[in-house]
Amino acid sequence: MSGNELLIAQGITKRFGGVQALSEVSFTIREREIYGLIGPNGAGKTSLFNVLTGIYPADAGRFTFDGRVLIGLKPNEVAARGIARTFQNIRLFGNLSALENVMVGRHVRTHATVFGAIFRTAGTRAEERAIEKRGYELLEYVGVARRANDLAKHLAYGDQRRLEIARALATDPRLLALDEPAAGMNATETAALRALLERIRQDGTTILLIEHDMKLVMSICDRVLVLDYGKKIAEGIASTVQKDEKVVAAYLGGDIELDLKRA
Amino acid sequence: MHALIDVKHPAVAKIGVVLIAVALAVLPFALVGIGTAWVRITNLAILYVLLSLGLNIVVGFAGLLDLGYIAFYAVGAYTYALLASPHFGLHWPFWVILPIGALVACFFGVLLGTPTLKLRGDYLAIVTLGFGEIVRIFLNNLSLPVNITNGAQGIAGIDPFRFGTFSFATTQRVAGVTFSGPVKYYYLLLIIVLVVIVINLRLQDSRIGRAWEAIREDEIAARAMGINTRNMKLLAFAMGASFGGVAGGMFSAIQGFISPESFVLVESVNILAMVVLGGMGNIWGVILGALLLSFVPEVLRYTVGPVQQSLFGRTLIDPEVIRMLLFGITLVAMMLFRPAGILPSALRKRELESGRTT
Repeated sequence: MSGNELLIAQGITKRFGGVQALSEVSFTIREREIYGLIGPNGAGKTSLFNVLTGIYPADAGRFTFDGRVLIGLKPNEVAARGIARTFQNIRLFGNLSALENVMVGRHVRTHATVFGAIFRTAGTRAEERAIEKRGYELLEYVGVARRANDLAKHLAYGDQRRLEIARALATDPRLLALDEPAAGMNATETAALRALLERIRQDGTTILLIEHDMKLVMSICDRVLVLDYGKKIAEGIASTVQKDEKVVAAYLGGDIELDLKRA
Repeated sequence: MHALIDVKHPAVAKIGVVLIAVALAVLPFALVGIGTAWVRITNLAILYVLLSLGLNIVVGFAGLLDLGYIAFYAVGAYTYALLASPHFGLHWPFWVILPIGALVACFFGVLLGTPTLKLRGDYLAIVTLGFGEIVRIFLNNLSLPVNITNGAQGIAGIDPFRFGTFSFATTQRVAGVTFSGPVKYYYLLLIIVLVVIVINLRLQDSRIGRAWEAIREDEIAARAMGINTRNMKLLAFAMGASFGGVAGGMFSAIQGFISPESFVLVESVNILAMVVLGGMGNIWGVILGALLLSFVPEVLRYTVGPVQQSLFGRTLIDPEVIRMLLFGITLVAMMLFRPAGILPSALRKRELESGRTT
């Protein structure tokens, strides 16, 4: 099994004042897997994302990504290592065009300096063309190419979600961490999203997915981690986890699909 | 300069550029016809364009509210004054001092940037405001125990720009045309401002410029996308400051005399007003804002009095008072009707759009 383990989390702990947001969460994500992260509201899913991507430092525990320890890195260094993310409450660069948003994502993989930019050296021009080309490709990949020159803030909600994925993909991630990408989407949009996620996985990128849409999670995720009150209560294949007593209890004993499927 | 050019009609665009170039070339002679003072006013306006473009990098691109920008202008001005005046008996050539001034201002930019990296909005504004005042107070008081800046008396007798025997301060006749000192400075300033505009356009349309704009839009998302926000913010402060430093050096040479009084808080606010009025982040808007706020008060200075005379037969209100009143009303009206500035940044996007669909 080792060798294709991409991300190993060991004993991740995070407190905010008296609130234990995460306590000793450990899990492993394998390469080219779609790994689901579920749990009731306030279970610590987004906190786990924020610790993983360096927005908050962990109080204890460590991540090993691609064989190297991640702890203590800043968000930009985490992105450089190959983890890209989207945000639960979409955080696009609203006053930049869709294309420019994706082009910003290329920043971490390109090198033009101030001098290159001012003197428009041959290298910078070639790089700039490559950035723009890749930007268009990614917009087409996620299906918002026709809005390439519209300001990101003017895009429809579903397009904004997909644009965020394109921007994250622009950083050439090994692991794509998506925070509720289907939130607020209708059934058609969710179906399109599922197809997109499958395709991203096929093209070689591992996905870590926080999602409340259980139908989507159960149909697409290879394995699922369930958090409740910051603790791991179950991990494993989706269909098994679904029947786990603790998981059912965490979701107030109700039917998971009915309780949590949104809009 | 693609943003100037209408892509659909390249021929029309070319004629337009030529016309603008010709107009800019003959402008000083037309101004001399109205009054020599207008050439000086124009030169000062171009200096403000330089300053606004520098501040636009910090405020418009990177979104960092800087209320102490005049400090970099002061640093550039004093660097030039100290190295080219009888004060220390140094008379270095200007092409050596201007880059030094830019570097010193750049250093001060980083000095201001480093402690303020985590601040935004109101808090950043207060710290930068304090920084501007600190620099001015230092200049005012660095005359004792060792006289460095000559305190409030300022530094006089500053050298004009010279190339060998060619001086920018004297009047010359070339092929029957009279070139006065201000006219010669006008052409130099025009060249420098064109270079700065090209630098700004290229920076904005580059990996660096996009990173700045990303920080302005959403700093957390920018970091998550792998942008080193610390370095990029420091770079913005340093670049903006170095333009201010160059403008300061030119100001020193043109005026021949500087004192801390030229670098008060109101000047910082004035430059910020130019950037905001024109349209933050839009290079052409910022230039327009700087020109308007430089010229309108001067035009009012010369028109308010005579207009009152012709309307009422006498001067009812002191021209100086009514001038600032009209100026203030104009600013308030502008912000009411065009809160994003005369040329908001979004217009630039439409230009981009027409450029990229081809």
